[in-house]
Amino acid sequence: MKPGSVAIVGAAETTELGVVPHLSQIQLHADAALNALADAGLRPQDIDGVATAGNTPTEVAYYLGITPTWVDGTAVGGCSFMLHVRHAAAAISAGLCKTVLVTHGESGKSRVGALPRTIPPSGLQGQFEAPYGIFGPPSQFTIPVLRFLKDRGMTQEQLAMVAVVQREWAAKNPRALYKDPITVADVLASRMIAYPFRILQCCVVTDGGGALILTSADRAKDFPQKPVYILGTGESVETPMISQMEDFGSSRAFRVAGKRAFETAGIKHSDVDHLMIYDAFAHLPLFGLEDLGFVGRGESGDFIVARNTAPGGKLPMNTNGGGLSYTHTGMYGMFALQESVRQVRGTALAQVPGVEVSVCHGVGGMFAASGTIVMSNQRP
Amino acid sequence: MSDLPLPVPTPETKHFWEGTRAGELRLQRCTACEKAYFPPRPFCPACGSRKVEVFKASGRGFLYSYVIHHRPAPGFTPPYSIAVVELEEGPRMMTNIVGVPQTPEALRLDMKVKAVFAKQNDEISLVHFTPEAA
Ligand SMILES: [Zn+2]
Repeated sequence: MKPGSVAIVGAAETTELGVVPHLSQIQLHADAALNALADAGLRPQDIDGVATAGNTPTEVAYYLGITPTWVDGTAVGGCSFMLHVRHAAAAISAGLCKTVLVTHGESGKSRVGALPRTIPPSGLQGQFEAPYGIFGPPSQFTIPVLRFLKDRGMTQEQLAMVAVVQREWAAKNPRALYKDPITVADVLASRMIAYPFRILQCCVVTDGGGALILTSADRAKDFPQKPVYILGTGESVETPMISQMEDFGSSRAFRVAGKRAFETAGIKHSDVDHLMIYDAFAHLPLFGLEDLGFVGRGESGDFIVARNTAPGGKLPMNTNGGGLSYTHTGMYGMFALQESVRQVRGTALAQVPGVEVSVCHGVGGMFAASGTIVMSNQRP
Repeated sequence: MSDLPLPVPTPETKHFWEGTRAGELRLQRCTACEKAYFPPRPFCPACGSRKVEVFKASGRGFLYSYVIHHRPAPGFTPPYSIAVVELEEGPRMMTNIVGVPQTPEALRLDMKVKAVFAKQNDEISLVHFTPEAA
Protein backbone atom coordinates (compact mmCIF):
# COMPACT_ATOMS: atom_id res chain seq x y z
CA MET A 1 0.00 0.00 0.00
CA LYS A 2 1.30 3.43 -0.96
CA PRO A 3 1.27 5.91 1.98
CA GLY A 4 -1.99 7.88 1.92
CA SER A 5 -3.74 5.72 -0.70
CA VAL A 6 -6.47 4.65 1.76
CA ALA A 7 -8.39 6.92 4.13
CA ILE A 8 -10.75 6.77 7.09
CA VAL A 9 -13.96 8.50 6.00
CA GLY A 10 -16.23 7.56 8.89
CA ALA A 11 -15.53 7.25 12.60
CA ALA A 12 -17.73 7.15 15.68
CA GLU A 13 -18.13 5.63 19.11
CA THR A 14 -21.33 4.31 20.61
CA THR A 15 -23.75 7.09 21.58
CA GLU A 16 -23.42 6.04 25.21
CA LEU A 17 -20.19 4.94 26.83
CA GLY A 18 -19.41 3.68 30.33
CA VAL A 19 -22.19 1.67 31.93
CA VAL A 20 -24.71 0.68 29.25
CA PRO A 21 -26.65 -2.32 30.61
CA HIS A 22 -29.61 -1.72 28.28
CA LEU A 23 -27.61 -2.69 25.17
CA SER A 24 -26.22 -6.13 24.40
CA GLN A 25 -22.74 -6.57 22.99
CA ILE A 26 -23.86 -7.08 19.38
CA GLN A 27 -26.03 -3.97 19.62
CA LEU A 28 -23.00 -2.00 20.84
CA HIS A 29 -21.28 -3.03 17.57
CA ALA A 30 -24.35 -1.95 15.63
CA ASP A 31 -24.82 1.35 17.49
CA ALA A 32 -21.22 2.31 16.76
CA ALA A 33 -21.49 1.12 13.16
CA LEU A 34 -24.68 3.10 12.50
CA ASN A 35 -23.04 6.21 14.00
CA ALA A 36 -19.94 5.78 11.82
CA LEU A 37 -22.10 5.15 8.74
CA ALA A 38 -24.03 8.36 9.45
CA ASP A 39 -20.71 10.17 9.86
CA ALA A 40 -19.74 8.97 6.37
CA GLY A 41 -23.19 9.50 4.85
CA LEU A 42 -23.57 5.78 4.09
CA ARG A 43 -26.06 2.96 4.71
CA PRO A 44 -24.99 -0.56 5.80
CA GLN A 45 -25.78 -1.79 2.28
CA ASP A 46 -23.00 0.46 0.91
CA ILE A 47 -20.39 -1.58 2.81
CA ASP A 48 -18.61 -4.48 1.06
CA GLY A 49 -15.92 -5.28 3.64
CA VAL A 50 -16.38 -6.14 7.34
CA ALA A 51 -13.74 -6.59 10.03
CA THR A 52 -14.24 -7.17 13.73
CA ALA A 53 -12.94 -9.06 16.78
CA GLY A 54 -14.65 -10.63 19.79
CA ASN A 55 -17.84 -11.18 17.89
CA THR A 56 -17.31 -12.59 14.40
CA PRO A 57 -17.57 -10.68 11.12
CA THR A 58 -20.39 -13.11 10.27
CA GLU A 59 -22.41 -11.96 13.28
CA VAL A 60 -21.76 -8.28 12.57
CA ALA A 61 -22.44 -8.49 8.81
CA TYR A 62 -25.63 -10.48 9.34
CA TYR A 63 -26.91 -8.22 12.13
CA LEU A 64 -26.33 -5.05 10.09
CA GLY A 65 -27.64 -6.48 6.81
CA ILE A 66 -24.33 -6.38 4.93
CA THR A 67 -23.24 -8.71 2.10
CA PRO A 68 -19.45 -8.46 2.14
CA THR A 69 -16.95 -9.54 -0.53
CA TRP A 70 -14.14 -9.36 2.06
CA VAL A 71 -14.07 -10.14 5.79
CA ASP A 72 -11.39 -10.12 8.47
CA GLY A 73 -11.92 -11.76 11.85
CA THR A 74 -8.39 -11.23 13.13
CA ALA A 75 -8.75 -11.44 16.91
CA VAL A 76 -5.50 -10.80 18.75
CA GLY A 77 -6.99 -8.85 21.64
CA GLY A 78 -7.37 -5.12 22.11
CA CYS A 79 -5.20 -4.09 19.15
CA SER A 80 -7.20 -6.22 16.69
CA PHE A 81 -8.67 -3.04 15.22
CA MET A 82 -5.24 -1.67 14.34
CA LEU A 83 -4.64 -4.90 12.45
CA HIS A 84 -8.07 -4.59 10.80
CA VAL A 85 -7.19 -1.09 9.59
CA ARG A 86 -3.90 -2.42 8.22
CA HIS A 87 -5.55 -5.39 6.50
CA ALA A 88 -8.40 -3.24 5.19
CA ALA A 89 -5.93 -0.79 3.64
CA ALA A 90 -4.20 -3.70 1.90
CA ALA A 91 -7.52 -5.21 0.77
CA ILE A 92 -8.79 -1.92 -0.64
CA SER A 93 -5.45 -1.34 -2.41
CA ALA A 94 -5.65 -4.87 -3.87
CA GLY A 95 -9.21 -4.30 -5.12
CA LEU A 96 -10.81 -6.97 -2.90
CA CYS A 97 -13.40 -4.49 -1.65
CA LYS A 98 -14.14 -0.77 -1.77
CA THR A 99 -15.65 0.31 1.53
CA VAL A 100 -14.70 -1.41 4.78
CA LEU A 101 -16.49 -1.22 8.12
CA VAL A 102 -14.44 -2.07 11.23
CA THR A 103 -16.52 -2.48 14.39
CA HIS A 104 -15.97 -2.97 18.09
CA GLY A 105 -18.64 -3.58 20.69
CA GLU A 106 -18.10 -4.95 24.15
CA SER A 107 -20.29 -5.25 27.19
CA GLY A 108 -17.18 -5.39 29.35
CA LYS A 109 -18.81 -4.04 32.50
CA SER A 110 -22.45 -5.16 32.31
CA ARG A 111 -21.65 -8.38 30.39
CA VAL A 112 -24.94 -8.39 28.48
CA GLY A 113 -24.63 -10.83 25.58
CA ALA A 114 -20.88 -10.94 26.25
CA LEU A 115 -18.58 -13.80 25.34
CA PRO A 116 -17.28 -16.22 28.02
CA ARG A 117 -13.73 -15.74 29.29
CA THR A 118 -12.07 -19.10 29.83
CA ILE A 119 -8.56 -20.56 29.76
CA PRO A 120 -8.64 -24.17 28.45
CA PRO A 121 -6.81 -26.31 31.08
CA SER A 122 -5.01 -28.37 28.41
CA GLY A 123 -3.64 -25.36 26.53
CA LEU A 124 -0.16 -24.06 27.28
CA GLN A 125 -1.47 -21.17 29.38
CA GLY A 126 -3.91 -23.50 31.12
CA GLN A 127 -1.08 -25.87 32.06
CA PHE A 128 1.79 -23.49 32.76
CA GLU A 129 0.21 -20.25 34.02
CA ALA A 130 -3.37 -20.79 35.20
CA PRO A 131 -2.41 -23.07 38.16
CA TYR A 132 -0.44 -20.21 39.74
CA GLY A 133 -3.37 -17.97 40.55
CA ILE A 134 -3.56 -15.70 37.54
CA PHE A 135 -6.89 -13.96 37.69
CA GLY A 136 -7.54 -11.65 34.75
CA PRO A 137 -5.22 -9.08 33.17
CA PRO A 138 -4.35 -7.18 36.41
CA SER A 139 -2.58 -10.30 37.69
CA GLN A 140 -0.69 -11.04 34.46
CA PHE A 141 0.01 -7.89 32.46
CA THR A 142 1.70 -6.41 35.52
CA ILE A 143 4.22 -9.22 36.13
CA PRO A 144 7.12 -7.74 34.09
CA VAL A 145 7.02 -4.36 35.84
CA LEU A 146 9.24 -4.96 38.88
CA ARG A 147 11.94 -6.22 36.53
CA PHE A 148 11.40 -3.27 34.14
CA LEU A 149 11.71 -0.75 36.98
CA LYS A 150 14.69 -2.41 38.66
CA ASP A 151 16.76 -2.75 35.48
CA ARG A 152 16.19 0.94 34.70
CA GLY A 153 16.55 2.29 38.21
CA MET A 154 13.03 3.68 37.80
CA THR A 155 10.57 4.28 40.61
CA GLN A 156 6.98 3.52 41.47
CA GLU A 157 6.42 7.28 41.62
CA GLN A 158 7.30 7.53 37.93
CA LEU A 159 4.88 4.72 37.18
CA ALA A 160 2.19 6.53 39.18
CA MET A 161 2.79 9.74 37.22
CA VAL A 162 1.47 8.05 34.05
CA ALA A 163 -1.97 7.83 35.67
CA VAL A 164 -1.77 11.41 37.00
CA VAL A 165 -1.01 12.92 33.58
CA GLN A 166 -3.72 10.95 31.86
CA ARG A 167 -6.26 12.12 34.38
CA GLU A 168 -5.32 15.68 33.40
CA TRP A 169 -6.36 14.87 29.84
CA ALA A 170 -9.53 13.14 31.04
CA ALA A 171 -10.50 16.25 32.99
CA LYS A 172 -10.89 18.01 29.63
CA ASN A 173 -13.12 15.26 28.26
CA PRO A 174 -16.78 15.24 29.32
CA ARG A 175 -17.16 11.64 28.07
CA ALA A 176 -14.36 10.32 30.29
CA LEU A 177 -15.45 7.94 33.08
CA TYR A 178 -13.11 9.58 35.63
CA LYS A 179 -12.38 13.32 35.47
CA ASP A 180 -11.35 14.38 38.99
CA PRO A 181 -7.66 15.31 39.32
CA ILE A 182 -5.38 12.87 41.14
CA THR A 183 -1.86 13.15 42.56
CA VAL A 184 1.02 10.70 42.72
CA ALA A 185 0.23 10.31 46.43
CA ASP A 186 -3.40 9.49 45.59
CA VAL A 187 -2.26 6.81 43.16
CA LEU A 188 0.18 5.25 45.62
CA ALA A 189 -2.45 5.29 48.38
CA SER A 190 -5.16 3.71 46.26
CA ARG A 191 -6.24 0.12 46.79
CA MET A 192 -3.61 -2.52 46.06
CA ILE A 193 -4.60 -4.89 43.26
CA ALA A 194 -1.39 -6.73 42.39
CA TYR A 195 1.73 -5.22 43.96
CA PRO A 196 3.16 -2.90 42.70
CA PHE A 197 -0.11 -2.02 40.93
CA ARG A 198 -2.82 -0.02 42.66
CA ILE A 199 -6.32 0.42 41.31
CA LEU A 200 -5.53 3.88 39.85
CA GLN A 201 -2.82 2.27 37.70
CA CYS A 202 -5.31 -0.22 36.23
CA CYS A 203 -7.77 0.54 33.45
CA VAL A 204 -11.42 1.22 34.06
CA VAL A 205 -13.97 -1.42 33.02
CA THR A 206 -16.79 -0.21 30.78
CA ASP A 207 -19.37 -0.95 28.09
CA GLY A 208 -19.16 0.65 24.68
CA GLY A 209 -17.93 0.41 21.13
CA GLY A 210 -16.62 2.20 18.11
CA ALA A 211 -16.51 1.85 14.34
CA LEU A 212 -14.41 3.05 11.43
CA ILE A 213 -15.08 3.23 7.68
CA LEU A 214 -12.23 3.08 5.20
CA THR A 215 -12.08 3.57 1.46
CA SER A 216 -9.56 4.54 -1.21
CA ALA A 217 -8.13 8.03 -0.96
CA ASP A 218 -9.40 8.76 -4.47
CA ARG A 219 -12.99 8.12 -3.33
CA ALA A 220 -12.46 9.74 0.07
CA LYS A 221 -12.76 13.31 -1.24
CA ASP A 222 -16.45 12.69 -2.07
CA PHE A 223 -17.34 12.00 1.57
CA PRO A 224 -18.67 14.64 3.99
CA GLN A 225 -15.79 14.42 6.49
CA LYS A 226 -12.23 15.53 5.98
CA PRO A 227 -10.34 12.31 5.06
CA VAL A 228 -7.84 10.86 7.52
CA TYR A 229 -5.14 9.20 5.42
CA ILE A 230 -3.39 5.99 6.46
CA LEU A 231 0.32 6.70 6.03
CA GLY A 232 1.85 3.58 7.49
CA THR A 233 1.01 0.44 9.45
CA GLY A 234 2.66 -2.37 11.37
CA GLU A 235 1.69 -5.50 13.25
CA SER A 236 3.22 -8.43 15.09
CA VAL A 237 2.63 -11.03 17.79
CA GLU A 238 4.93 -12.48 20.42
CA THR A 239 3.53 -14.99 22.94
CA PRO A 240 0.18 -15.77 24.57
CA MET A 241 2.01 -16.35 27.88
CA ILE A 242 3.34 -13.31 29.71
CA SER A 243 5.88 -15.55 31.46
CA GLN A 244 7.46 -16.37 28.10
CA MET A 245 7.91 -12.80 26.87
CA GLU A 246 11.54 -12.58 25.65
CA ASP A 247 12.44 -9.41 27.52
CA PHE A 248 10.46 -8.13 30.51
CA GLY A 249 11.81 -4.66 29.73
CA SER A 250 10.67 -4.45 26.12
CA SER A 251 7.92 -5.83 23.91
CA ARG A 252 9.15 -7.50 20.74
CA ALA A 253 5.69 -7.08 19.18
CA PHE A 254 5.81 -3.33 19.95
CA ARG A 255 9.24 -2.96 18.38
CA VAL A 256 8.33 -4.88 15.22
CA ALA A 257 4.95 -3.21 14.66
CA GLY A 258 6.20 0.28 15.49
CA LYS A 259 9.29 0.09 13.28
CA ARG A 260 7.30 -1.14 10.31
CA ALA A 261 4.67 1.58 10.76
CA PHE A 262 7.26 4.35 10.86
CA GLU A 263 9.15 2.89 7.87
CA THR A 264 6.10 2.44 5.68
CA ALA A 265 4.82 5.91 6.58
CA GLY A 266 8.21 7.40 5.81
CA ILE A 267 8.09 9.59 8.92
CA LYS A 268 10.53 10.50 11.66
CA HIS A 269 9.66 10.76 15.34
CA SER A 270 9.89 14.56 15.10
CA ASP A 271 7.04 14.47 12.55
CA VAL A 272 4.61 13.09 15.16
CA ASP A 273 2.22 15.69 16.59
CA HIS A 274 0.04 13.36 18.63
CA LEU A 275 0.45 9.89 20.10
CA MET A 276 -1.83 7.22 21.46
CA ILE A 277 -0.30 4.28 23.35
CA TYR A 278 -2.83 1.72 24.52
CA ASP A 279 -2.79 1.94 28.32
CA ALA A 280 -4.58 -0.98 29.89
CA PHE A 281 -2.12 -0.46 32.76
CA ALA A 282 0.17 2.42 33.68
CA HIS A 283 3.36 0.75 32.47
CA LEU A 284 2.26 0.39 28.86
CA PRO A 285 3.00 3.99 27.86
CA LEU A 286 6.49 3.55 29.37
CA PHE A 287 7.13 0.44 27.30
CA GLY A 288 5.56 2.09 24.25
CA LEU A 289 7.61 5.28 24.42
CA GLU A 290 10.82 3.24 24.60
CA ASP A 291 9.90 0.48 22.16
CA LEU A 292 8.61 2.91 19.52
CA GLY A 293 11.84 4.88 19.84
CA PHE A 294 10.42 8.17 21.13
CA VAL A 295 12.90 7.94 24.03
CA GLY A 296 15.92 5.78 24.81
CA ARG A 297 15.91 2.74 27.08
CA GLY A 298 15.22 3.81 30.65
CA GLU A 299 14.19 7.37 29.72
CA SER A 300 10.42 6.90 29.63
CA GLY A 301 9.80 7.65 33.32
CA ASP A 302 11.64 10.96 33.30
CA PHE A 303 9.96 11.85 30.01
CA ILE A 304 6.51 11.48 31.59
CA VAL A 305 7.48 13.23 34.83
CA ALA A 306 8.85 16.17 32.79
CA ARG A 307 5.30 16.56 31.40
CA ASN A 308 6.24 15.97 27.77
CA THR A 309 3.03 13.98 27.24
CA ALA A 310 0.80 16.22 29.41
CA PRO A 311 -1.45 19.03 28.17
CA GLY A 312 0.90 21.67 26.74
CA GLY A 313 3.76 19.15 26.36
CA LYS A 314 5.71 18.54 23.18
CA LEU A 315 4.28 15.04 22.60
CA PRO A 316 0.62 15.00 23.69
CA MET A 317 -0.27 11.38 24.46
CA ASN A 318 -3.49 9.55 25.33
CA THR A 319 -5.43 12.78 25.01
CA ASN A 320 -8.82 11.18 25.65
CA GLY A 321 -7.68 10.14 29.15
CA GLY A 322 -6.81 6.64 27.96
CA GLY A 323 -7.87 3.29 29.26
CA LEU A 324 -6.93 4.48 32.74
CA SER A 325 -9.49 7.29 32.84
CA TYR A 326 -11.57 7.52 29.64
CA THR A 327 -12.94 4.07 28.91
CA HIS A 328 -11.83 0.45 28.59
CA THR A 329 -14.33 -2.10 27.40
CA GLY A 330 -11.81 -4.92 27.25
CA MET A 331 -10.52 -4.22 23.74
CA TYR A 332 -9.61 -0.54 23.98
CA GLY A 333 -7.72 -0.26 20.68
CA MET A 334 -10.78 1.02 18.85
CA PHE A 335 -11.02 3.97 21.25
CA ALA A 336 -7.36 4.86 20.74
CA LEU A 337 -7.99 4.87 16.98
CA GLN A 338 -11.10 7.05 17.44
CA GLU A 339 -9.11 9.63 19.40
CA SER A 340 -6.33 9.70 16.77
CA VAL A 341 -8.96 10.28 14.07
CA ARG A 342 -10.58 13.09 16.08
CA GLN A 343 -7.23 14.77 16.76
CA VAL A 344 -6.26 14.58 13.08
CA ARG A 345 -9.69 15.88 12.03
CA GLY A 346 -9.41 18.66 14.63
CA THR A 347 -12.59 17.62 16.43
CA ALA A 348 -11.32 16.12 19.71
CA LEU A 349 -12.83 17.21 23.02
CA ALA A 350 -9.31 18.00 24.28
CA GLN A 351 -8.01 19.12 20.90
CA VAL A 352 -4.27 19.59 20.47
CA PRO A 353 -3.62 22.58 18.18
CA GLY A 354 -2.30 21.84 14.69
CA VAL A 355 -2.20 18.03 14.68
CA GLU A 356 -1.18 16.76 11.26
CA VAL A 357 0.33 13.35 12.08
CA SER A 358 -0.90 10.97 14.78
CA VAL A 359 0.62 7.63 15.74
CA CYS A 360 -1.78 5.12 17.28
CA HIS A 361 -0.18 2.13 18.96
CA GLY A 362 -2.08 -0.83 20.33
CA VAL A 363 -1.43 -3.91 22.42
CA GLY A 364 -3.32 -7.21 22.37
CA GLY A 365 -3.45 -9.75 25.15
CA MET A 366 -0.65 -9.36 27.71
CA PHE A 367 2.12 -8.04 25.41
CA ALA A 368 0.92 -10.84 23.11
CA ALA A 369 0.24 -8.74 20.02
CA SER A 370 0.64 -5.27 18.67
CA GLY A 371 -0.56 -3.00 15.88
CA THR A 372 0.56 0.51 14.97
CA ILE A 373 -1.17 2.96 12.63
CA VAL A 374 0.20 6.29 11.40
CA MET A 375 -2.47 8.68 10.13
CA SER A 376 -2.55 12.21 8.78
CA ASN A 377 -4.89 14.85 7.40
CA GLN A 378 -2.41 15.44 4.57
CA ARG A 379 -2.06 13.05 1.66
CA PRO A 380 1.64 12.68 0.81
CA MET B 1 -6.58 -26.06 47.14
CA SER B 2 -9.54 -27.93 45.60
CA ASP B 3 -10.72 -24.96 43.50
CA LEU B 4 -7.34 -24.54 41.90
CA PRO B 5 -7.51 -24.73 38.08
CA LEU B 6 -5.33 -27.80 37.54
CA PRO B 7 -3.54 -28.51 34.27
CA VAL B 8 -4.69 -31.22 31.89
CA PRO B 9 -1.56 -32.73 30.28
CA THR B 10 -1.39 -33.36 26.54
CA PRO B 11 0.77 -35.93 24.69
CA GLU B 12 3.42 -33.22 24.19
CA THR B 13 3.56 -32.17 27.86
CA LYS B 14 3.11 -35.55 29.54
CA HIS B 15 6.85 -35.96 30.34
CA PHE B 16 6.84 -32.68 32.25
CA TRP B 17 3.96 -33.68 34.51
CA GLU B 18 5.39 -37.20 34.97
CA GLY B 19 8.56 -35.44 36.08
CA THR B 20 6.92 -33.22 38.66
CA ARG B 21 5.09 -36.26 40.02
CA ALA B 22 8.51 -37.88 40.49
CA GLY B 23 9.92 -34.74 42.09
CA GLU B 24 11.93 -33.72 39.01
CA LEU B 25 11.86 -30.59 36.89
CA ARG B 26 12.18 -31.87 33.32
CA LEU B 27 13.06 -29.51 30.51
CA GLN B 28 13.83 -30.18 26.87
CA ARG B 29 16.98 -29.46 24.91
CA CYS B 30 17.69 -29.32 21.20
CA THR B 31 20.47 -31.71 20.18
CA ALA B 32 21.11 -29.63 17.05
CA CYS B 33 21.53 -26.15 18.55
CA GLU B 34 21.91 -27.17 22.22
CA LYS B 35 19.28 -24.70 23.41
CA ALA B 36 17.15 -25.66 26.44
CA TYR B 37 13.53 -24.58 26.23
CA PHE B 38 10.17 -24.47 27.97
CA PRO B 39 7.16 -24.93 27.76
CA PRO B 40 7.30 -28.44 26.27
CA ARG B 41 6.93 -29.26 22.59
CA PRO B 42 8.50 -32.04 20.50
CA PHE B 43 10.70 -29.69 18.43
CA CYS B 44 13.07 -26.81 19.05
CA PRO B 45 11.47 -23.35 18.98
CA ALA B 46 14.88 -21.78 18.24
CA CYS B 47 15.72 -23.77 15.09
CA GLY B 48 12.78 -26.04 14.24
CA SER B 49 14.71 -29.29 14.68
CA ARG B 50 12.74 -32.33 15.84
CA LYS B 51 15.89 -33.81 17.38
CA VAL B 52 15.25 -32.92 21.00
CA GLU B 53 15.73 -34.64 24.34
CA VAL B 54 14.17 -34.43 27.78
CA PHE B 55 16.58 -33.83 30.65
CA LYS B 56 16.39 -33.29 34.39
CA ALA B 57 17.01 -29.65 35.23
CA SER B 58 18.82 -28.55 38.38
CA GLY B 59 15.67 -26.93 39.77
CA ARG B 60 17.72 -23.85 40.65
CA GLY B 61 17.12 -20.34 39.38
CA PHE B 62 16.49 -16.79 40.46
CA LEU B 63 13.43 -14.62 40.98
CA TYR B 64 13.04 -12.69 37.72
CA SER B 65 9.82 -10.76 38.41
CA TYR B 66 6.51 -11.06 40.25
CA VAL B 67 3.36 -9.45 41.52
CA ILE B 68 1.68 -9.95 44.88
CA HIS B 69 -1.96 -10.55 44.14
CA HIS B 70 -4.32 -8.92 46.62
CA ARG B 71 -7.60 -10.26 45.30
CA PRO B 72 -8.98 -13.74 45.90
CA ALA B 73 -8.66 -16.27 43.08
CA PRO B 74 -9.89 -19.89 42.96
CA GLY B 75 -7.61 -21.97 45.19
CA PHE B 76 -5.66 -18.99 46.56
CA THR B 77 -5.90 -16.79 49.63
CA PRO B 78 -4.49 -13.30 49.11
CA PRO B 79 -1.93 -11.91 49.33
CA TYR B 80 0.04 -14.41 47.25
CA SER B 81 2.89 -14.10 44.79
CA ILE B 82 2.59 -14.86 41.09
CA ALA B 83 6.18 -15.06 39.99
CA VAL B 84 8.42 -15.80 37.05
CA VAL B 85 11.66 -17.64 37.79
CA GLU B 86 14.61 -17.78 35.42
CA LEU B 87 16.11 -21.26 35.58
CA GLU B 88 19.84 -21.95 35.63
CA GLU B 89 19.42 -23.66 32.24
CA GLY B 90 17.93 -20.50 30.68
CA PRO B 91 14.16 -20.91 30.32
CA ARG B 92 11.73 -19.00 32.51
CA MET B 93 8.55 -20.31 34.06
CA MET B 94 5.60 -18.98 36.00
CA THR B 95 5.26 -20.19 39.58
CA ASN B 96 4.43 -19.24 43.15
CA ILE B 97 7.19 -18.41 45.62
CA VAL B 98 6.44 -20.36 48.80
CA GLY B 99 7.91 -20.70 52.27
CA VAL B 100 8.54 -17.00 52.61
CA PRO B 101 6.33 -14.02 53.63
CA GLN B 102 4.41 -12.69 50.63
CA THR B 103 5.84 -9.20 50.96
CA PRO B 104 8.06 -6.98 48.78
CA GLU B 105 10.68 -7.06 51.53
CA ALA B 106 10.91 -10.87 51.54
CA LEU B 107 10.47 -11.33 47.79
CA ARG B 108 13.70 -9.78 46.54
CA LEU B 109 14.29 -9.74 42.78
CA ASP B 110 17.31 -11.83 41.75
CA MET B 111 17.27 -13.92 44.93
CA LYS B 112 18.23 -17.56 44.39
CA VAL B 113 15.36 -20.03 44.48
CA LYS B 114 14.94 -23.78 44.15
CA ALA B 115 12.06 -25.92 42.92
CA VAL B 116 9.73 -27.71 45.32
CA PHE B 117 6.89 -29.94 44.23
CA ALA B 118 3.36 -29.52 45.51
CA LYS B 119 1.21 -32.63 45.08
CA GLN B 120 -2.36 -31.76 44.08
CA ASN B 121 -3.65 -35.27 43.31
CA ASP B 122 -2.33 -38.61 42.03
CA GLU B 123 -1.60 -37.16 38.60
CA ILE B 124 -0.62 -33.53 39.11
CA SER B 125 2.14 -31.99 41.17
CA LEU B 126 2.83 -28.30 40.60
CA VAL B 127 6.29 -26.71 40.62
CA HIS B 128 6.72 -24.01 43.23
CA PHE B 129 9.93 -22.25 44.19
CA THR B 130 11.32 -21.33 47.57
CA PRO B 131 14.39 -19.27 48.55
CA GLU B 132 17.51 -21.40 48.33
CA ALA B 133 18.69 -20.08 51.68
CA ALA B 134 15.55 -21.41 53.40
ZN1 LIG C 1 17.50 -25.98 18.06
